[in-house]
Amino acid sequence: MNPFTYARPTGIDEAVSLFTPDSRYIAGGTNLLDLMKENVTHPEQLIDITRLPLKDIEETTDGGLRIGALVSNSDLAWDARIEQHYPLLSKAILAGASPQLRNMATTGGNLLQRTRCYYFYDADTPCNKREPGSGCPARDGLNRIHAILGHSEQCIAVHPSDMCVGLAALDATVIVKGRDGERRIAFADFHRLPGNEPERDNTLADGELVTAVELPAENFSTHCAYLKIRDRQSYAFALVSVAAALQLDGGVIRNVRVALGGVAHKPWRNPEAEALLVGRPADKAAFGELADALLAGAIGFNDNQFKIELARRAIVRALSDAVEGAV
Amino acid sequence: MTVKTSPVGKPLDRVDGPMKVQGQAKYAGEFPLPGLLYGHIVNSTIARGRILHIDTRAAEAVPGIEAVLTHENRPPIASYDKPYEDDDAADGSPFRPLFNDRILYNSQPIALVVGESLELARYAASLIKVEYQTEEHATDLLTNLDQMSTAPADLPGPRGDAKQALNNAAVKVEVQYTTPVEHHNPMEPHASTVHYLPDGTLEVYDKTQGVQNCMRYLEDVFDMEGQIRILTPFVGGAFGSGLRPQHQLPLAVMAALKLKRSVRVSFARQQMFTFGYRPRSIQRLTMGASSDGQLQAIYHQAIAQTSRFEDYTEQQVEWSGMLYKCPNVTLDYQLVPLDVYTPLDMRAPGGTIGVYALECAMDELAYAANIDPVELRQKNFTDFNANEGKPYSSKALLECYEQGAERFGWSKRTMAPRSMQDGHQLIGWGMATGMWEAMQMPASAKACIDATGKLIVSSATTDIGTGTYTVMTQIAAEAMGFPMDQVEFKLGDSNMAKAPLQGGSFTVSSVGSAVQKACQELRMKLLDTVQQTPASPFSGKTPDEIDFADGWLFIKDAPEQRVKLTDIAAETGALEVEASVEPGEVRDGYATGTHSAVFVEVKVDEDTGMVKVSRVVSAVAAGRVVNPKTASNQIMGGVVWGVSQALHEETQMDHNLGRFMNHSLAEYHIPVQADIGDIDVIFVEEHDEIVNALGSKGVGEIGIVGVAAAVSNAIFHATGKRVRDLPVTLDKLM
Amino acid sequence: MSSTKDHSGVTTVATYPIAIEINGKPQQLDVHPWTTLLDLLREQIGLTGTKKGCDHGQCGACTVLLNGKRINSCLTIAVMHDGASLTTVEGLASGDDLHPMQAAFVKHDAFQCGYCTPGQLCSAVGMTAEGRAETSDELREHMSGNLCRCGAYPNILSAIEEAMPATREQLERDKGVSR
Repeated sequence: MNPFTYARPTGIDEAVSLFTPDSRYIAGGTNLLDLMKENVTHPEQLIDITRLPLKDIEETTDGGLRIGALVSNSDLAWDARIEQHYPLLSKAILAGASPQLRNMATTGGNLLQRTRCYYFYDADTPCNKREPGSGCPARDGLNRIHAILGHSEQCIAVHPSDMCVGLAALDATVIVKGRDGERRIAFADFHRLPGNEPERDNTLADGELVTAVELPAENFSTHCAYLKIRDRQSYAFALVSVAAALQLDGGVIRNVRVALGGVAHKPWRNPEAEALLVGRPADKAAFGELADALLAGAIGFNDNQFKIELARRAIVRALSDAVEGAV
Repeated sequence: MTVKTSPVGKPLDRVDGPMKVQGQAKYAGEFPLPGLLYGHIVNSTIARGRILHIDTRAAEAVPGIEAVLTHENRPPIASYDKPYEDDDAADGSPFRPLFNDRILYNSQPIALVVGESLELARYAASLIKVEYQTEEHATDLLTNLDQMSTAPADLPGPRGDAKQALNNAAVKVEVQYTTPVEHHNPMEPHASTVHYLPDGTLEVYDKTQGVQNCMRYLEDVFDMEGQIRILTPFVGGAFGSGLRPQHQLPLAVMAALKLKRSVRVSFARQQMFTFGYRPRSIQRLTMGASSDGQLQAIYHQAIAQTSRFEDYTEQQVEWSGMLYKCPNVTLDYQLVPLDVYTPLDMRAPGGTIGVYALECAMDELAYAANIDPVELRQKNFTDFNANEGKPYSSKALLECYEQGAERFGWSKRTMAPRSMQDGHQLIGWGMATGMWEAMQMPASAKACIDATGKLIVSSATTDIGTGTYTVMTQIAAEAMGFPMDQVEFKLGDSNMAKAPLQGGSFTVSSVGSAVQKACQELRMKLLDTVQQTPASPFSGKTPDEIDFADGWLFIKDAPEQRVKLTDIAAETGALEVEASVEPGEVRDGYATGTHSAVFVEVKVDEDTGMVKVSRVVSAVAAGRVVNPKTASNQIMGGVVWGVSQALHEETQMDHNLGRFMNHSLAEYHIPVQADIGDIDVIFVEEHDEIVNALGSKGVGEIGIVGVAAAVSNAIFHATGKRVRDLPVTLDKLM
Repeated sequence: MSSTKDHSGVTTVATYPIAIEINGKPQQLDVHPWTTLLDLLREQIGLTGTKKGCDHGQCGACTVLLNGKRINSCLTIAVMHDGASLTTVEGLASGDDLHPMQAAFVKHDAFQCGYCTPGQLCSAVGMTAEGRAETSDELREHMSGNLCRCGAYPNILSAIEEAMPATREQLERDKGVSR
């Protein structure tokens, strides 16, 4: 790590006012310190936000939940309201990382995890995300864990979070606060595709602080599934993950959501394709069509072609599982 | 009076267990020293070329940084190969850290930053700028096969005429397997803490499997004969990574000599990928059998990578000439030199790879001949090692098949692939044979009675987690006739009696035999001593007629006739015996080996290809088991390693950069708790009076050998797919 | 290619005071902001029972109990834990009496080299306090944040299964005391 100074504000406005371009907010620290030790990130100031009043889960006026940015991943996954009403989110969180990391990592921090690309993490190799303009060795190198959707010439990295895949499927909203006040960002607009600016993972402005995540009332608690496919049974990043949610009327689809993890620079959804399934029987044919639509335009590289078929199978499987209940 | 039972063969708790569970066991990087400095290693970012310029000014300017060592300013080190040749060196010119400006492989150490704290040294290291002259590199085994040449290994010559026999064989399989680079990755990263003593001599806490190996290495490299002591009380796993001195050791010594200060150098996890590893290999097998499954011919060729500076060899193909009865065998072993570091022995070196290929090919042969895989192996059993032209001293392999199959429930297996299913899970049952050598090395041990009457036994071996402290205590207690709590075994000090490297599953057979002999001789010496006393009641008594308890020596039939051990010691000075044991001549007429039969159940998700090894039975014939608790733990660990080899482990290199890229425990996968199902270990009874005086063959390696084949064979049984390239990841099953 | 940025503009590192209770003992310490909780334990106050296996939250060897919850001490900086209470492997036993989890680890030979053991123990105690894992498969999943390269997993599982009831009782007692 490089030397840095440390600040410990107690109020949100104070935290935001302390921010300088070379600062980082720190809460769980599980990714930030990792990156600092790897010489990938070099903040000159860490602003410790763990004393800010952002640790509660509260009901919103429209029947949803507002989750403070500092709620730990464990506390969130095991909150009775989340377990009962948003089992998809609980399952997605528990599929990620390890119990120790989930005890440390926070809701806001989970959104800001950076990619697991080998090259991004190895400061002795080129990487456009880490050093814009230095190149992307992953394209012609080791890319088994990389993107098949939404990648660019510049970057083929994927977003590593499981929780975010669940939040994407649930249409969450991210609340952020900056010097210019508070704003709400639809989850689909929070993370971005790499394009020509792979160094930017999300749409936060400099110094903006994630303060909360809001879940809408619609919770898909009776039919949902989080399926994570990985190289180990636990404690491994997803090759492909699927957050599937259904509302059924008898055997007929009234509403369907599918978000994919491990395949793109952000959790991947296709609301138009989802809409086409409304009114259709909840069967493998319909699920297969949705899978095809979600994966339309998928392009793999040398080592990760398999992800396209794997994702297709995973989508059908997860939706089939969701028909059975909350799994 | 303490009631004594014979400790050997008992499942006793580890004697060092309480220390380990309380965090009191200290490992190489944990010894505090006054004024200790910390070194952080800087690694090269190219695979081949020269350092044109290395700019260390910014690093040196950081307050608290004491020195930056490079090839330009390091203390003098030996300039010939010989001083660098340690006990496990491969043929060639060993790597010399910071020797000159040459870059021989990517991530080679090129500088050491030494400062007041770990984080400070790491930070300053990030400020160093290096300018290279880059040369073209070659790191890919598969695209450099034209560079291969015959390995300098002592292979048995061709037996019979394999080519002819293959032409005539009724059933034939011709297959190729590949195995990846794997890194040892013990949980404890390598570390050396060098204590710089006022007289300029060094005491070094080092993570190693050979304290005397490291001592000799440092003495020779730094021309410091008699000035080095290596201490290794605990080792946080090694699996072969500590068989050679790793470069943190000479680097820490360089810094200590340069600064005349105590220095610690620890590898970061990423740096655990910057030295030896299991080599990537190609295994080509052609097997022929009669229609009833009798083996007629085996051709086994291995092609493996090595570095450009050393020819690393291991036993990859010999197994195919010795495990089964087969009249026609041709073995071949080729090496391809690349711009990489030299491979290094890693748990069951060679066997894990060669037997994997042989045992997968046997499964393919079983299906080609439509014979049950166990039956095929039983049919080809031999108790004669045709490579050596000698019978085995013992080989209870048929009992392993029988007892393993029974415990596993093998008779309920249906032969056809994809014939067993449970919901979305395809069930597969597979098996394989395992084997390893039962070697013995010359070793010594010292035994004495201390001032409290306790038996102290020592030898310069280590305990890498195998249970050496415990089993040596058991062997000593039994040989001496002492209760366990009156015996202490000491190890891990280069000043102790000579011991071989801890590896190859030969510690119990080698060091254990020396411990046994030293204690037997000490028992004689004690009796001799008391017999010297005038009118001693012990006169004319044989060692069998005496016994020890609670610090007394007494006559078994007349316990009231006794002498206090401390009194004997006080009268005669220290009672001490050093004994050495060489492998017995009786071994010369025999081949010696451990054997196993491994049975595996896998569940493969029909959609996603995720594989879970749900159940393993490993039946092992390893002679006399000194401690069934620690020994079965060794076998379980070997099984976990085999599962890992089959499904997880692969160090991935970007050949454009010539650099390993998944150099972390997040991306270099070993199994987690959730990956491991039930593991059932059976020790098959096997009496062997030839292998060594203890009749014990060692269990460190046999647990892994054959497991990856059994898993692969089970996956074939589940899915009908033969994946011949390890690891079997789910993409290969799509 | 190796275009490491020069950050040497900031080279003097200030320390910050923290008050932290470690294994029941209150301590006043001055820490550099970049000192992780793990390095504080191992290098600054000599508690080397907590192990460094990867330094990146990928192995679990550094697991400690922070305010009763299991965390990776390598991925947090000490300066953030002013006022916290920490339990390490050195604080599990009561005097000469091993914690039930420690005793079970010895009895079931739940380790070989011993390097992952302190983390496994703290993790197992933390898991017991969480109260979310009961069946063998659940225990396996909930202990998957602790790698064991020796492969002692089956014995670790047996030890935990045996020691969980007594550990639960002890946690209840401790809770009673602190109330």
